[in-house]
Amino acid sequence: MCGAINGGPSLDGVDVENQAVIQGIVTRDGQPVGNAYVRLLDRTGEFTAEVPTSATGQFRFFAGPGEWTLRTLAPRSISVDNAVTAAKGVVAEVAVAV
Amino acid sequence: MSRESALVTADWVEEHLNDSSIVLVEVDEDAEAYDKGHIPGAVKLDWKKDLQDGVRHDFVSKEKLEALLSAKGIGNDDTIVFYGGNNNWFAAYAYWYLKYYGHDNLRLLDGGRKKWELDSRELTTEVSERPATTYVAKEADESIRAFRDEVIASIGTKNLIDVRSPDEYAGRLLAPAHLPQEQAQIGGHIPTAGNVPWSKAANDDGTFRSDEELKELYAEAGLDDAKDTIAYCRIGERSSHTWFVLKEILGHENVKNYDGSWTEYGALRAVPVALGDEPGVA
Repeated sequence: MCGAINGGPSLDGVDVENQAVIQGIVTRDGQPVGNAYVRLLDRTGEFTAEVPTSATGQFRFFAGPGEWTLRTLAPRSISVDNAVTAAKGVVAEVAVAV
Repeated sequence: MSRESALVTADWVEEHLNDSSIVLVEVDEDAEAYDKGHIPGAVKLDWKKDLQDGVRHDFVSKEKLEALLSAKGIGNDDTIVFYGGNNNWFAAYAYWYLKYYGHDNLRLLDGGRKKWELDSRELTTEVSERPATTYVAKEADESIRAFRDEVIASIGTKNLIDVRSPDEYAGRLLAPAHLPQEQAQIGGHIPTAGNVPWSKAANDDGTFRSDEELKELYAEAGLDDAKDTIAYCRIGERSSHTWFVLKEILGHENVKNYDGSWTEYGALRAVPVALGDEPGVA
């Protein structure tokens, strides 16, 4: 693996126009983390969804428009929070470093 | 039932990896998760291919379950320890389903696959084979499964618990946010159902909260111990998680899982629906 690729997974075949996508990549020291868990918390901090990262460290959510928090858990790391705003027809890209 | 009789820890599983009377079974929504690495000795159940009928909108019949478990090498006397991704949602569903068909010794691995991975415990890609058995399932236990007519009759009388996220409960989302928002049914919830998201019963690492925290959670939500309880979500797997908490950990008597859940209820004609953050009235 020669360093992390940029951004979340490919959007080929995804109906971006009608979705509020939040996606990105989890890295540690610039390398993708393939065994992390990313949780999506709503504006009150309540859990909405969670995905494991792909082998390339990537993740994706289909949220609603609004303010969200990504909470990332990875082995041998403390959890990391990232705030993100989602909007319909927009792909919000988040780079998470653990 | 109690925490001790329904749950095992990751340490316990590691100590019993070579015990052939204990069968580890991974159940995932993502059927490829097992192939990428699983707990040594674990066999795989595919939530969709193995446990859903495929023609009828229902899970597999008693006969198909018997054939499935026999082929997987699981016997009637074995202790089955389920674990999986999504914070054990589908593992809890499989636990509930096996309970429905009367398997005696069932456990969930506390924290499931996530806890195991976050602890950096051993995973293998080696597929384990167990010698075939002749599994015999019992008659279905309808006391733990709710169908739509009972659910409609329960509005305003029984404890209805919607365990989806607050945004799904209110009708702002139609599915958990790791899935595209494109289901055909309308948004909202069953009137008078309280919203206690399944996630409130779990820690971030997927393990269940303590008995005291769980008791407090449902007491605060106004769960009336004197009434029967029905839990539902979107497709019945997150509500299996809450069914497990109420029935198997806390030992409540009459708790049912409505596995038709919102994909069924939200598509029914002429039934009452509530929108927004409040339970609504009967």
